[in-house]
Amino acid sequence: MKPVFMTYTKKDLINLAVCMLLSVLIIPTFIKTEYWYTSILIPWLCLALATIGQQIVMGYTGQLALGAAGFMAAGAFAMFNLILRVPDLGFVGSLIVSGLIAAAFGILFGLPSLKVRGIYLMVATLASQFFIIWMIDKFGWFKNYDSSGIITAQDIVILGKPFTTPLAMYFVCLAVTTILTLLAMNMARGSTGRNWMAVRDMDIAAESMGVSLLRTKVQAFAISAFYCGVAGALFAFCYLKSLEPVAFDIKLSFKILFMCILGGLGTINGAFIGAAFILLFPVLLNAIGNNVFHGAIDATIISSIEQVIFGLLMIIFMIYEPLGMAKLWENLKQSMKSKLSSSGVKGVKTPLLKK
Amino acid sequence: MANELLFFMEVLVGGLLAGTMYSLVALGFVLIFKASATFNFSQGAMVFFSVLAFCGFMQDFNIPFVLAFILAAFLMVVVGLCTERLVLRPLMNASEDTVLMATIGLGYVLEGLAQAAWGVEVRRLDLGIGDFPVPWIADNLKLFISALDITAGLVAAIMIIGLFLLFKYTKIGLGLRAVADDAGAASSIGIPLKHIMLLVWSAAGIVALVAGMMWGARAGVQFALVDLALKALPVLIIGGFSSIPGAIIGGLIIGAVEKILEVYIGPFFGGAIEGWAPYVLAIFFLLYRPEGLFGEKIIRRV
Repeated sequence: MKPVFMTYTKKDLINLAVCMLLSVLIIPTFIKTEYWYTSILIPWLCLALATIGQQIVMGYTGQLALGAAGFMAAGAFAMFNLILRVPDLGFVGSLIVSGLIAAAFGILFGLPSLKVRGIYLMVATLASQFFIIWMIDKFGWFKNYDSSGIITAQDIVILGKPFTTPLAMYFVCLAVTTILTLLAMNMARGSTGRNWMAVRDMDIAAESMGVSLLRTKVQAFAISAFYCGVAGALFAFCYLKSLEPVAFDIKLSFKILFMCILGGLGTINGAFIGAAFILLFPVLLNAIGNNVFHGAIDATIISSIEQVIFGLLMIIFMIYEPLGMAKLWENLKQSMKSKLSSSGVKGVKTPLLKK
Repeated sequence: MANELLFFMEVLVGGLLAGTMYSLVALGFVLIFKASATFNFSQGAMVFFSVLAFCGFMQDFNIPFVLAFILAAFLMVVVGLCTERLVLRPLMNASEDTVLMATIGLGYVLEGLAQAAWGVEVRRLDLGIGDFPVPWIADNLKLFISALDITAGLVAAIMIIGLFLLFKYTKIGLGLRAVADDAGAASSIGIPLKHIMLLVWSAAGIVALVAGMMWGARAGVQFALVDLALKALPVLIIGGFSSIPGAIIGGLIIGAVEKILEVYIGPFFGGAIEGWAPYVLAIFFLLYRPEGLFGEKIIRRV
């Protein structure tokens, strides 16, 4: 399909319109309970954004990285300090700058990717995870010498207006996520994304075709860390409403890795699907535990079961559908289409006829 | 001066011995990597799973020590069997990264199962070896070295020698090396691939159990063992992924450097640099010698 605006096709614009309609009009009119905003929609948007960051470096550029939460922590604490120390920057300005600070860390810890790949790189990125958390923990300046360990995040104020209700925060997250998602799609489809994918598929071949490995990989790490940093800042300010390094430990990195892989490597919509799944599944499991078994099953057992199921799903997807849930969704759509066309609905071409 | 030197020696020896604990975990990784070029990310979970089962057998069912050990070892063989059948065989022709991610999933399954079966609280494991300085050494050499560290060192040494002999001088070992070299060629000349895999995974499971017992005796049997096991990764990078001596030397280096840095440089940064120092050390190694001290050079072609 031909793009009609930048790299977006007509289909993309329709999808965007539907998503916007759904998220801006339908959700706020029909969902009134705060719980949905504070515990599901806001963290979903934040984590989906972080997962897009993970997608860029892992799904598109093929670099096995495991340190998303570290960059998120960098973004969150940068945000806290910027609002505290440079109030003139405003919320949006601080958000961008904290993303850039996270990106600087991304470049630093992405440099080993020039030399190593696979599991070796994973270890190198683990260094970023542990180092960033340690740094924030040990130097009081980052936490404004707060001894309690947990700092309350400042209120969000944009252009003099406070954004403190769950609905307002939801809109803040939605706006940021939408803009960055569109940008990510744009990059993934343009020459930037082509370079990433060339490096992913075979870096030596890409290099011999004239793709600069240094530029491409460092760029991917920087952009990925930028996304994670912004996501971390939103996560802390809109969802947690507090800042503590423990919230960004290695477990969160693994969670984001799972969202990325189960959602579907190398897809943007996979990031949203994966984040929704990993976030909603425990909620569902708890609901089953409470309503079906009436709390007869211990909460720790439920969380253990949840872990087992995530692990099993990971294995099953790796064996049967390494491209994740986004691919399943794609297949479902494909089969629906061909069913419709075979039953004589006009205007839908089967892929067979196209050839 | 003499006191400072003595203190340095104590830190060094303590670090080296603590390093053998990392080596024990790293050994399990190496075994599997050597035979199948698979990086088994679930090794840390296997450590946790096996030692928690061991504790559970001993404490919840009052099974004697030796029998509990045999049962736990048998359990690890079953885990190896299931892994080979259900995870590795379907992924025979998948890429390395895919298998790696599947083993991350396997780790989650094992951690979840262990906690569902035996609970989440920290268990104490008493091996009858105290984690306190041995009086004899303290009196004669003026060094304070934990008995547990010495035991871990001895156990590691015995396991290394055993595995080394196994790889070098037995028919199974020859088969293992052949499979590691080229699985396709090895199976075409009649080496039973699945038996070899089962054997290797079982061996790695038992190594995990022993490592877990050592760690558990020191820090309690708890979930944090999984994170501790992550420290085996820098050990592997320094030693090389496919070398048993490398795992040992790597562990010693990490253990010693970590302790020395913590004691001498740590105070300037508020301490607790142990958490990341090994990884940063690993990065420097990666930049200068990506294949590790004893690993085989990685050659990639288009």
